[in-house]
Amino acid sequence: MALKDITLGQYFPGHTIFHRMDPRTKILLTVGYIAALFLCTNVPAYLLAIAVLAGAVAVSKVGVKAIVRGMRPVLVIVIITGVLNLFYTPGQEIWRLGFLRITVEGIWSAVFMILRIMLLITCTFLLTYTTSPILLTDGLEKLLSPLKALHVPVHELAMMMSIALRFIPTLIEETDKIMSAQKARGADFESGNLVQRARALVPLLVPLFISAFRRADELAVAMECRCYHGGEGRTRLRQLRFQSFDWIALVLAVLLIAAVVLLGRLPLFP
Amino acid sequence: MEPILETKQLSHVYSTGTPFERAALVDVDFTAYRGEYLGIIGHTGSGKSTLIQHLNGLLQPTSGQVFLEGKDIWESKERTRQTRFQVGLVFQYPEYQLFEETVYKDISFGPKNMGLDEGEVDRRVREAAHFVGLTDEQLQGSPFELSGGQKRRVAIAGVIAMEPQVLILDEPTAGLDPVGVEQILGNIRDYHDAHNATIILVSHSMEEVARTVDRLVVVNDGRIPFAGAPREVFRHGEELERMGLGVPQMTRVFHRLRAMGLDIDPSVYTIAQARQAVLDYLARKGAR
Repeated sequence: MALKDITLGQYFPGHTIFHRMDPRTKILLTVGYIAALFLCTNVPAYLLAIAVLAGAVAVSKVGVKAIVRGMRPVLVIVIITGVLNLFYTPGQEIWRLGFLRITVEGIWSAVFMILRIMLLITCTFLLTYTTSPILLTDGLEKLLSPLKALHVPVHELAMMMSIALRFIPTLIEETDKIMSAQKARGADFESGNLVQRARALVPLLVPLFISAFRRADELAVAMECRCYHGGEGRTRLRQLRFQSFDWIALVLAVLLIAAVVLLGRLPLFP
Repeated sequence: MEPILETKQLSHVYSTGTPFERAALVDVDFTAYRGEYLGIIGHTGSGKSTLIQHLNGLLQPTSGQVFLEGKDIWESKERTRQTRFQVGLVFQYPEYQLFEETVYKDISFGPKNMGLDEGEVDRRVREAAHFVGLTDEQLQGSPFELSGGQKRRVAIAGVIAMEPQVLILDEPTAGLDPVGVEQILGNIRDYHDAHNATIILVSHSMEEVARTVDRLVVVNDGRIPFAGAPREVFRHGEELERMGLGVPQMTRVFHRLRAMGLDIDPSVYTIAQARQAVLDYLARKGAR
């Protein structure tokens, strides 16, 4: 897998309803969905959550392949969580080998945990896949603007975040380039033990850091040249405005949370 | 002439399965001959960078094969690794890959990875440094204290020190002043002459390749529409212009003269050739 293929937090341009939705709505939807996920306690609730997200993915036209590809880097975390839950949940024992034992509750909690993490990741992917970084931080800044009253530098934080997001693909590309250049000189990043591998990263990390600092410096100068002086009195080219489907989506999100809570009360499954 | 590097039906597709899917190379048959000075020309995004990264096994073909001295470079892991040493690749802006404390250590990175003994590494570092005109004093200094042009020459020396049979350089003169350009081109020429090495110079500047290379390969849209001696390639002046490449100024002038009805050879690209073409024309005219 080439580094270029890492899609974590990358924006896929498009014109679906998700792409046109107000970023604030999408952030709120994501938060709402994650809240609903943590309120899920039984199979019907999870099925509902899966169905809702599957519908959203279909509407957004992001493509299952892209989501699966994005899932790859977090696979290890998912597996570890699943295994830990499988072995360390007390309850009715069904299998035992030395200190390892599996319980019925353990199986359920492992399945739910894995589902929960995967849905959570897919849902946040959907947000970043369909929202350009600029809109995303704009939305966040707007949502957090009440905190300005508490002297939280919301604009500056949003600007830092948008710069960080903006430079992720650039840095990935840069890493790829430097890696290729060092590989062309016989560097080997793929074999050897842990120490050898860590040492092999020096020819990659040193140029990468130097170029990151150089970029930061250049960006700072470029921003100052355009008289950037923070958020005070700054206006926007694109004003965010809620449309009718934003309100509909928000109402649907509230309904989802309510449905999940209600389903949790049904004494059908563990 | 004996081929040293060849590609057969080479295709490469980027980002398969995402909305960004894009074929960068389509069924490319490319050949470089032993000891020749070859130019690859194409505008940004034509696929030339993708092509050269296949030549030393950095990218694996989506389909098709790459041969070094008649053997498939993807035959075994060891063969791919050996290919990286025999086909040296200098990337665009190579100065950004420097990382060591001293210039000497940085140049020795490649030879050390080859597993050579200390004496041989030392010989190669000093010889490579000599090719690019670095002094012993500079060898002991930090590469980060050098000027842009010097840094680039250090990076090129880092690849030359592996003594590759084929040396590929991607836009080695980009962003340098005229003096720096001449120095780098001179260094490359010296290495070519001293080792009878095959040089592949990638560029988007027709002027630059026209006066340095023996043979020219044009890459456009992931394919190779023309290849041959610069004179032959420049006959396709109009097609080249349409690809956004253009021909050297000298060639353009002569194409214009021909369009004006003068019976003159339009494939010239150096001042000497232009002079000859004008003299030929005048002689013919005088004879009539």
